[in-house]
Amino acid sequence: MSSRTVLAAADIDRAVTRIAHEIVEANQGTSDLVLLGIPTRGVILAQRIAAAIARNYPDFDSEAAVGRLDITMYRDDLASNPTKVVTESRVPNGGIAGKTVVLVDDVLFSGRTIRAALDAIQEFGRPKCVKLAVLVDRGHRELPIRADFVGKNLPTSREERIRVQLNESDADNQVVIEA
Amino acid sequence: MKHLISAKDLSLDEALAILDTAEEMAAVNDREVKKLPTLRGRTVVNLFFEDSTRTRISFELAAKRLSADVINFSAKGSSVSKGESLKDTAQTLEAMGAEAVVVRHHASGAAQNLAEAGWIGGHIVNAGDGKHEHPTQALLDAFTMRKRIHGSASRGRDLNGVRVLIVGDVLHSRVARSNLHLLRTLGAEIRLVAPPTLLPADPAALGAATYFDLDVALSDFKPDVVMMLRVQLERMNASFFPTAREYARQWGFSADRLGLLSEHAIVMHPGPMNRGLEISSEAADSPRSTVLEQVANGISVRMSVLYHLMSGDAN
Repeated sequence: MSSRTVLAAADIDRAVTRIAHEIVEANQGTSDLVLLGIPTRGVILAQRIAAAIARNYPDFDSEAAVGRLDITMYRDDLASNPTKVVTESRVPNGGIAGKTVVLVDDVLFSGRTIRAALDAIQEFGRPKCVKLAVLVDRGHRELPIRADFVGKNLPTSREERIRVQLNESDADNQVVIEA
Repeated sequence: MKHLISAKDLSLDEALAILDTAEEMAAVNDREVKKLPTLRGRTVVNLFFEDSTRTRISFELAAKRLSADVINFSAKGSSVSKGESLKDTAQTLEAMGAEAVVVRHHASGAAQNLAEAGWIGGHIVNAGDGKHEHPTQALLDAFTMRKRIHGSASRGRDLNGVRVLIVGDVLHSRVARSNLHLLRTLGAEIRLVAPPTLLPADPAALGAATYFDLDVALSDFKPDVVMMLRVQLERMNASFFPTAREYARQWGFSADRLGLLSEHAIVMHPGPMNRGLEISSEAADSPRSTVLEQVANGISVRMSVLYHLMSGDAN
């Protein structure tokens, strides 16, 4: 098995900072902005993006704007895969009704996780709009879903594996492609 | 996990996974829209050969909150009262496409039989079989204890060192048997108190020391949890104790005994309660009583059990 680093720690930082700027630009400011990370690494990325926004906009409360959305119970492949552990879902205290919700995940692949996330969001309220930010878009979509903010477009073959490592949860801080 | 027949079959990891998932299900039960799409289009049959209100409704709600289709089948007023055998009933349900069968039966081993006889291919959940087991009750009891002891930090925690006193009709109680298995797996310390006539012939085989005097047990063992068992009047086919008043005086949880408990101790009862027999109204309605929490937690725990059985590639 060969593996190759496609994003180093500094590349990830730059991508996160750029996504943070793009989000604020698209939202025309930081008001009514909620970042919902999809466990596990989406949550970490959401926190990093929120921290990057807060660096430029000190009145943006990065703690209060980040939530997590567990989508396990909304998957469409539950019957054909091993049972997954369900983790906590938590939305910011202000809720998501009328807010701009940015879903954050590490890798965008088939799009099925995002479809599940769109269903899961409904249970918490009706956002003004939902956007999608991902660190890596590797293609091979199976649903009509596209990311609004992308760290890096990474053409891959289906057989390859993308491994995102973030030092909050892993030993390293990089994105690796394994074949 | 394909079936849930006995609490004995659950490993520590499996038990904790079910309890942790139940925490998330409890969060769903607090939402305005109490529904998940997880089991949409799948069929759960409640097959009840014995009277039951709370267990059947609890399983029905649990399945419905996961969006499954639920069919309730009770022996009364059905083909069973016309003399149909368990085998024929099971095969009929199989032919109708039941993917999970929640079964309660008066015969010990009925659930195991359904799971192994090959009459039906779906998942079997034991909702009480005779004097044998009632595993979801044990799970919801453990969940309730964990919640009271660890509060919001209960995720991933076992019951290591928690002192549990089980009081009453151990002989006939499937709740006691399931709890003994599960609590031991979770690391709790268990003692039993019962009249000698309401203990099995060899109480040591249950793996817990026994007392015969409730007051001695309370002052000696200093339990964190007192679990009262229902006196199963429908199974009292011999003279197990002289009179109800004597039972209430010796083994009932009276207001006086409430005063013997340590500050944090809780009183549990699986319901339905015989007020004035095994539990007094003072105890049942006190803040220490978890009776209603147990009912509410039952739904979350059963949602979790159905999720763990019916999701995942069981084969």
